[in-house]
Amino acid sequence: MTAIAARSRRRLQPSDLARLSSVGLRTRKLRAGLSALGIAIGVAAIVAVLGLSASSQAGLLNEINQLGTNLLTVSNGQSLTGGTTELPTTAPAMIGRISGVQQVQTTGAVSGANAYRNPYIPAGDTNALTVQAASLDLLPVVATSVAQGHYLNAATAQEPVAVLGAAAAQRLGIDRVYPGERIWVGGQWLYVAGILRPAVLVSAIDSSVLVGYPAAEKYLGFDGHPSTIYLRAQNNRVNAVDNLLAATANPEAPNQVNVSQPSSALVAQADAKSALNGLFLGLGAVALLVGAVGVANIMIISVLERRSEIGLRRALGATRSHIRIQFLSEAVLLGLLGGAVGVALGAASTAVYAHTKHWAAVIPTEAWAGGFAASLIIGAVAGLMPALRAARLSPTQALWAV
Amino acid sequence: MTYTLPSTPDSNALAAGNGFAIGGAGTPVLDVDDVTKSYPGEPPVQALRGVNLTIGQGELVGIVGPSGSGKTTLLQLMGTLDRPTSGRVRITGLDVATMADDEVAYLRATRIGFIFQQFFLAEHATVLDNVADGLLYAGIPLKQRRERALDALEMVGLAQRPHARPTQLSGGQRQRVAIARALVGQPAIVLADEPTGNLDQATGHAILALIDQLHQDGSTIVVITHDHAIAERMPRKVEILDGHIAADTGPTAGTDPRLRPLAHPPTRAPQTACGAPVIEEPS
Repeated sequence: MTAIAARSRRRLQPSDLARLSSVGLRTRKLRAGLSALGIAIGVAAIVAVLGLSASSQAGLLNEINQLGTNLLTVSNGQSLTGGTTELPTTAPAMIGRISGVQQVQTTGAVSGANAYRNPYIPAGDTNALTVQAASLDLLPVVATSVAQGHYLNAATAQEPVAVLGAAAAQRLGIDRVYPGERIWVGGQWLYVAGILRPAVLVSAIDSSVLVGYPAAEKYLGFDGHPSTIYLRAQNNRVNAVDNLLAATANPEAPNQVNVSQPSSALVAQADAKSALNGLFLGLGAVALLVGAVGVANIMIISVLERRSEIGLRRALGATRSHIRIQFLSEAVLLGLLGGAVGVALGAASTAVYAHTKHWAAVIPTEAWAGGFAASLIIGAVAGLMPALRAARLSPTQALWAV
Repeated sequence: MTYTLPSTPDSNALAAGNGFAIGGAGTPVLDVDDVTKSYPGEPPVQALRGVNLTIGQGELVGIVGPSGSGKTTLLQLMGTLDRPTSGRVRITGLDVATMADDEVAYLRATRIGFIFQQFFLAEHATVLDNVADGLLYAGIPLKQRRERALDALEMVGLAQRPHARPTQLSGGQRQRVAIARALVGQPAIVLADEPTGNLDQATGHAILALIDQLHQDGSTIVVITHDHAIAERMPRKVEILDGHIAADTGPTAGTDPRLRPLAHPPTRAPQTACGAPVIEEPS
């Protein structure tokens, strides 16, 4: 019987298997669609969550790149005794001479001066605003611009005139600039010349009230020492400049100077995953589980309904494994169908949301590949038991049982 | 008895059709030898109580009996869909009891054709594909399956509507499709279970005439029925009652074992088609 034995281990052609496994889907489209829906929703949720978080990250990184990663800041540190040290007034000029430094701008914190809407505000309600003396070309260096009005110029820097950071304007309740608009700073009326746009790289600017150096010294008792130096370096010299900054800014006490690169902090922030991602991924996983139960359920019903087909196929010479593989691949096909729809839905929703936010839509490979793989595995697991049942069915029961 | 079964994986022979050849002219197509079958229960149901039946090449046999007589059980055993409690069933000399399940399935795929009362056609598939599915598990490529399905449809007089759906056909036409499916693999034996049971009388007669014609052309066919009138029409009538054979008009003379079931003469004997083995009697 060797020949019969050898020939009995025959496999179905892949094309035949594809045809067989799609019988249930083709003949009962609505049912197949509904049972695949659970998997589709789960995969869509997972793909969308991963896609949205990747897209928002890409958007943020893109924004950071546009703002420039070559911004370095030098600020006054602390002395050994814990007091705040002052940067030398010569520091900006010294830094400007480092090879590769393109622009140097400064701000100086005006100690003891707080900003209020008017003199009647209790002194404690400072709104956490700081008053800073600012150099005249600060805005391009910190990558922001004027939203309304004007920035300080050589003339207004001499006068009691202030420019408000975006958050400062909001907290003071000033949403537009009109002639005569003024605020109460350090016991002095300052006229508001302009409001800035948010400075993403340097959020300290946002909560600042900026005045000119001469005016700060004249009206607010400012000592003239810069507290933060903002500089732009050539892109290929950023690290070299970074290394020289502390010693150049304060040669006597380099260790009392803080040097930082604001963009790197933001990049780290962009890399951090949102805690909500975990929640939505969990919900997606639950939907997948429900989808798996749906597929298993539909396959069991399908096996019950198609007893006579199973019996007929056995009579036509199908082995148990032929029946098993037919129903198993039908379940896998259902799963993959749900997976494909889910990936498409997730990708589409990511694309739409990213478009409204002007981000580039990014679908991570692990999201869509994982979605497909998960739906395949779920289909296989859900289909296993029904397929085994179908294969166990004896042909006489299947064909003659009432 | 031992058999040597040289396999013949030859694509020409495959294309030539004709399921297999029987080496020994005297080997019966079907041999049921002292078969009993009981189903578990309290008390166990004794469906067959020692049945002996031998059917030769080219015979047309009507097996008749009332419900509960065991005729369906006999059909299931003859069709290798079930195994006997005791006794032996041999198909073209191959003892089913010695074969594994997968081997028996292959035997069904290549040597046994079934015709059912309820037709069991796939409604979503065309007539042609329904017939071609008769060869699906014999390991034949789709193109050849369809070609041979067309031939089989021609034999049952339905070659003009290969792309119709079964739902567009009358009951008689559906049964013709089912008969074509049973014949497409050129099986050694065709087992028909109440083939006219779902048909009106005129249509039933037409189907019986077709079965007659197929018998004339050389097919070996067993018809199971409860209707004596149908069995009377057959050259050989076997009456089954209470699980044993009550009457048998005996093997019909004049059947030519060399007759081929279908219109595809083998290109060279004893090499055969479907890659089915040639069975040779030991000398």
